[in-house]
Amino acid sequence: MAAAFDEMNGHGGGVRAPYRDVAEWLGVQRIETLKQKTAEAEALFRRSGITFAVYGSDDASERLIPFDILPRIISGSEWRRLETGIEQRVRALNAFMYDIYHRQEILKAGIIPEELVIGNKAFVPEMIGVDPPRGIYSHIIGIDMVRTGEDQFMVLEDNTRTPSGVSYMLENRETMLHLFPDLFSRNRVRPVEHYPDSLLQTLESVAPPNLDKEPVIALLTPGPFNSAYFEHSFLADQMGIELVEASDLVVLDGLLQMKTTLGLKRVDVLYRRVDDDYLDPLVFNANSMLGVPGIFDVYRAGRVTIVNAPGAGIADDKAIYTYIPAIIEFYTGRAPLLPNVETYSCRDPAQLKYVLERLPQLVVKEVHGSGGYGMLVGPSATSAEIETFRAKLIANPSNYIAQPTLSLSTCPTLDGTGVSPRHLDLRPFVLVGDQVRLVPGGLTRVALRKGSLVVNSSQGGGTKDTWVLQE
Amino acid sequence: MLGRTANDLFWLSRYIERAENIARLIEVGYRIVLLPREGEGFHQEWRSTLESGGCLNGYVARHGELETRNVIDYMLFDTSNPSSIASCLAGARRNGRAQRTALTREMWESLNSAWLEFSAIKPSSVTSNSLPELLDWVRSRSALYRGAMLNTILRNDTYYFSQVGTFIERADSTARILDVKYYHLLPSSEMVGSGKDNFQWQSILRSVSAHRSYRWVFKDSVRPLRIAEYLILHRQMPRSLRSCYDEMTDALQQLAILYGTRHPCHITAESTRDLLMDAEIQSIFQTGLHEFVQDLIARNNRLGHEISQAYHFTD
Repeated sequence: MAAAFDEMNGHGGGVRAPYRDVAEWLGVQRIETLKQKTAEAEALFRRSGITFAVYGSDDASERLIPFDILPRIISGSEWRRLETGIEQRVRALNAFMYDIYHRQEILKAGIIPEELVIGNKAFVPEMIGVDPPRGIYSHIIGIDMVRTGEDQFMVLEDNTRTPSGVSYMLENRETMLHLFPDLFSRNRVRPVEHYPDSLLQTLESVAPPNLDKEPVIALLTPGPFNSAYFEHSFLADQMGIELVEASDLVVLDGLLQMKTTLGLKRVDVLYRRVDDDYLDPLVFNANSMLGVPGIFDVYRAGRVTIVNAPGAGIADDKAIYTYIPAIIEFYTGRAPLLPNVETYSCRDPAQLKYVLERLPQLVVKEVHGSGGYGMLVGPSATSAEIETFRAKLIANPSNYIAQPTLSLSTCPTLDGTGVSPRHLDLRPFVLVGDQVRLVPGGLTRVALRKGSLVVNSSQGGGTKDTWVLQE
Repeated sequence: MLGRTANDLFWLSRYIERAENIARLIEVGYRIVLLPREGEGFHQEWRSTLESGGCLNGYVARHGELETRNVIDYMLFDTSNPSSIASCLAGARRNGRAQRTALTREMWESLNSAWLEFSAIKPSSVTSNSLPELLDWVRSRSALYRGAMLNTILRNDTYYFSQVGTFIERADSTARILDVKYYHLLPSSEMVGSGKDNFQWQSILRSVSAHRSYRWVFKDSVRPLRIAEYLILHRQMPRSLRSCYDEMTDALQQLAILYGTRHPCHITAESTRDLLMDAEIQSIFQTGLHEFVQDLIARNNRLGHEISQAYHFTD
């Protein structure tokens, strides 16, 4: 494969404009100083308790996500393009969900095969006919983007259920401001610290209509053992709202109520960070004792807003992903501003055949998987791994999609001995309420192992501060 | 505030206070067993240390014989002992993590680093020389947390529940020390006036960090009646029962104002405070020091239960 596009050096034609100052600065840094700064950053993270639980690993129930101190920089004009494309995309995703839970015109028009939606595990039939405030289903969306060239930004994945990582975006910036104030005084980096305010405004804007008081908002977490618990408590704290577990909530008198020191108190907006399955045992998962029995009835009656809405996962299902460009055209009447990554849907026999012939070159993912689990990266897989996947694909083709192995852009990153390029992606966080709000930047994830293309923190990925420069 | 949050904050403060009290008890017990003395002396001393820490039965079930090494390990590191310093610091940190949003950054960082640093200590690496330093460290971490709390927290229910937890635990601890050692303070033992009793009196004062302040307050040699008065009734002594109840009544009163409701716990706290305010030490000795202390332990337990009911800690 040809050398990847580098965020700092492009294809080798000299330092790109947004990096000019940082490249100059980096050129005169001693590696010992940079290592020292890395150690300081780690100490800051550990003290603040910003940890991440990794499933299936015994020793590290609380582990730090590695942080790389060299920033990823996006120019003002690049960001403006991304911003417009993202806004177009999230409006279309919400219009799509409103449609499939109402008149289903996109299915009638034959744009998407009906069974892909109706037969989908992420489709929630109980949501049909429900009218969430402002018609919004997915209020908080993480768009995973990759870059392969100067102008090639692509959407790899949408996260419309409960995207996580925004606390790292905020803490990474705090850490960088602490470690390198001089860099910020020389580069005009747009701030991100207003994200919690924007989130709160978004949540307030979708409160049930006709409330005669300020809405009471709470954040629902599965609890301290969840991998993203730090983020849940961080966000609740930043917004000044209660962090509740299901056992703190009860449905009484047709309202969702939380158990406070003064007795029960009505909750109007619930920002839930639990899956649909653990929301209401009466509706979603009868085998589960978890959740708040009856909450879905309160929701359907419009007396609480659940954010993101139940059933919002239908829009980030990997089988639907291939249709997003068509979805955008259907609802906005315009061509998508941000393209998808080319994707083969293995449920189609012809495409399956194509995929099976090229497994060593492709990335294969489970349709319902996430977090980098259960995927095959062809070029770096052993032949045994490839054969295991071949068997899985043949046994259950509609469970898989495949994509070409992209040459993700790289960015200078500290490794044990110096600075070298590592592959990365970008997850901006979009808020959809009375308006679309997008803080400039997002979470940059970086594959720390040389040559690796997997950026997930559960698979040895790290993060970087993401700078969007003032134009 | 969620009932669960109030419960966690209340217990978080209790754990921190307990870690400090246990450290002090070990320190005093260890100091006594180091002394040259005859016969069964050190067994008796460890027995009352464990009893004051509320973990004698647990120790006997686990180790049987009283051995200095085992006692120290049980009270410091054994996580099967719910009152060990390891359990207290882990419990405090667990509650703090569950209520991260209620804590300021300073509070959380002091909890988190105390737990991280303590977890890194290997029990086998603690020698008789390093033990005092370790116990000092525990006390200083407790002080750091309290200081962070007092300096940074909003004066709302978060603060009041933390205060109530601290002082209910402290009252319990002081009362238990008196419960276990009361007989050293009875008039008959003053008559004896032996060196051994003098040493016990000193150690009672040390176990509430009052051996120096006693002198400042009374300007007199150590006398058992005064010790009892100091630990039970003295308003200025920060670990006396009176002082704990002043603080608790205060915090509960603030909660009543904030929430606009009074509960049975307010009556219990105030009547106990009044009792401690009006009592005279001579009459306590006449009607029975031990009975008085046991009544206070029972009142303190009832108060804890009533607070938990009033503010929906667990329902």
